[in-house]
Amino acid sequence: MMPPERKVIPIRPEPMAAAGTCEGARGVDGEMISLYASHEKIYPRSVSGLFSRWRWAMVVLTQLVFYGLPWLEWGQRQAVLFDLGARRFYIFGLVLYPQDFIYLTGLLVISALSLFLFTAVAGRLWCGYACPQTVYTEIFLWIEKRVEGDRSARMRRDAKPWSADWLWRKGTKHGLWLAVALWTGFTFVGYFTPVRELARESLQLSLSAWELFWTLFYGFATYGNAGFMREQVCKHMCPYARFQSAMFDRDTLIVTYDQARGEPRGARSRKADLAVLNLGACVDCSLCVQVCPTGIDIRRGLQYECIGCGACADVCDTVMDKMGYARGLVKYTTENAMSRGWTRAQTLRHVLRPRILVYTSVLGAIVVAMLVSLSLRTPFKVDVVRDRGITARIVGAGRIENVYRLQLMNATESAQQYKLSVTGLPGLAISSEPLVAVDATQSRWVAVRVQLPPEGAMPGSHPIRFEIDSLDAGGHLSERSVFLVPQP
Amino acid sequence: MSDFTSNFWPVFVTVVTLVSIVACLLLLWFTGKARAMTASDNTTGHVWDGDLREMNNPLPRWWAWLFVLTVIFALIYLALYPGLGNYAGTLGWTSTGQHQAELDKGNAEVAPLYAKFTAMAPEAVAADPQAMAIGERLFMNNCAQCHGSDARGSKGIPNLTDTDWLHGGAPATIKETLVKGRMGNMPPMAAAVGSPEDVRNVAQYVLSLSGSPHDSLKAALGKPKFAVCAACHGADGKGNLALGAPNLTDDIWLHGYGEAAILAMVNNGKVNQMPAQADKLTEAQIHVLASYVWGFSNKGVAATK
Repeated sequence: MMPPERKVIPIRPEPMAAAGTCEGARGVDGEMISLYASHEKIYPRSVSGLFSRWRWAMVVLTQLVFYGLPWLEWGQRQAVLFDLGARRFYIFGLVLYPQDFIYLTGLLVISALSLFLFTAVAGRLWCGYACPQTVYTEIFLWIEKRVEGDRSARMRRDAKPWSADWLWRKGTKHGLWLAVALWTGFTFVGYFTPVRELARESLQLSLSAWELFWTLFYGFATYGNAGFMREQVCKHMCPYARFQSAMFDRDTLIVTYDQARGEPRGARSRKADLAVLNLGACVDCSLCVQVCPTGIDIRRGLQYECIGCGACADVCDTVMDKMGYARGLVKYTTENAMSRGWTRAQTLRHVLRPRILVYTSVLGAIVVAMLVSLSLRTPFKVDVVRDRGITARIVGAGRIENVYRLQLMNATESAQQYKLSVTGLPGLAISSEPLVAVDATQSRWVAVRVQLPPEGAMPGSHPIRFEIDSLDAGGHLSERSVFLVPQP
Repeated sequence: MSDFTSNFWPVFVTVVTLVSIVACLLLLWFTGKARAMTASDNTTGHVWDGDLREMNNPLPRWWAWLFVLTVIFALIYLALYPGLGNYAGTLGWTSTGQHQAELDKGNAEVAPLYAKFTAMAPEAVAADPQAMAIGERLFMNNCAQCHGSDARGSKGIPNLTDTDWLHGGAPATIKETLVKGRMGNMPPMAAAVGSPEDVRNVAQYVLSLSGSPHDSLKAALGKPKFAVCAACHGADGKGNLALGAPNLTDDIWLHGYGEAAILAMVNNGKVNQMPAQADKLTEAQIHVLASYVWGFSNKGVAATK
């Protein structure tokens, strides 16, 4: 049997193949170029259509949640409040301690897996519809269009020298942008400082230094990212754009140009017969490029810059309608469906593939684990710290006593009573007050004395357990520690 | 003051730092350009797997300026703060200075609080929940290491929650203990007491003082020998606060219970020290702490005052 031919993967400068040697090619064809280029401003043309409506629905939904949530009340307090100073995190009925950080980890893992799943099924849904970068850019673009006009008007104005009109429109635009940005910064801080108090302080100009800093910082980030950075954030700063291709396969729904149908492209009259002209459906109107928020040409195929917003699909459909052609020259479909001409049902059937099933099952498992963990969570926590100064002491008639410090953390919003007991050695009992009261959402350290009858155990270290019952809210915790018996 | 062991290191650090910064700029400059093979199709000319070509995808120029900005930041930082060898920086910042400033700020913040407590009688301070919260923290940081976090002590370390005081439990006495510390000295008394048999008899007598199980015959024999002990512990064995001689009649055994422990004490004596806290704590802190400790054995009293 012949051994398989070893595959050589050449990394070679292109002209080398022709010239034959590397040395020969270098300097002949090569030219020094800068690896930096000045940024060219993109003027996305406004668009309406199915995907645009979806995006706006998501803009409204996400921003209603973001701007509205801090104003919701829950009992006597803000429904969602992350009190960093007191280290208590309130999410509706839930009071979380820093010790509950695992839930944030769980939430982040769920978010990451959801991102993987959505991306594998339908491409960059997050980028196109829910990412704050997209959402705020959309809002800022809307303001820009209202004040300065659409793409062509904006380009004309920017090309001309200053004028009163220029000053007035730019001023208005930036004023509105800054208002939105400041409101966004204010709302952001409202998650960490009670928002009503913050509003009052803002009106009285008595914000604390940190509140003011974060309002301005987050506001500035919004203003800069949505007003100026825009697609550069996606193209040069966002890691997701660079690794999303790892989640893509040929059955992933993406915004695709139907090359077979569109090419050869070219301008033509509405009445012209395509067969005679030997032209494809693409009229080469370049609207798909004009509406693109990242400034790419979708007709060149899938590119990492594409955030999957579907603006090109929307605008192409309107052109196809005008021309009287079938819609969908640029459409939301999979590579396989496009090349094999699958129907919608066939395409959907390919959603169920191993990658998707793996993502879904892992995601489902973690969601279930998180929900179970949250529902089984006891509304208090206990830390047991053995006293460091006193290892053991003999009290009364030879009874052995150890001292512990227990931190009881009340994760409810009412005062609670806890009953302490110990197990692990015969006759082991708590000799200090077994009932401990802790105020709402507070934590409290108590010194606890545990006694063992004389000669109740061999000298040395013995594992014991503190059993803590919440008398009011219910729930039970068991914490490990050790009991030391001294040498006689 | 220099933290360097020789004059070589500050120069070394300065040179390495500045050369690194300049090297960063040079690196930025030289990597900013590349020899592209085919500029016409906007690829770099690199081909993988036969057909995979690398696009020339330039970063925006402001990105390069961000790098330059970090270099400028570094230079300004090094001018303001100590970073270049022995150079102290124009701001004159030091970590000890910052620590001291934070300490001063913290002390200034609590000063009115302490002033309020210092003006109050210890009994009143012990009834003030805020003062007691401060007292608890002071106790945990300074006293609990020996006396335990429940203040009940251990062998050789007195229990602070009972009414048995070696030197007296009045707030002023507790304060004195904290400020000056205490030195408890039980000299070896075996020779003064007499024969080993006499010492054993005295031990039985001491046990009898607190009503502990004892040999009454030996105790009766030991009673006359107790006279040498009475110099400090008193004829009735109730101790002497002025000398720090413990009460032997209250069944509290700081250094161990039983004949063996008493024999060891009489034969070997014991020196036991409570270290002075005056250098560690301020006067106001000692006032609060003394009130806190007084509160242990005077819970009811503090509450009613």
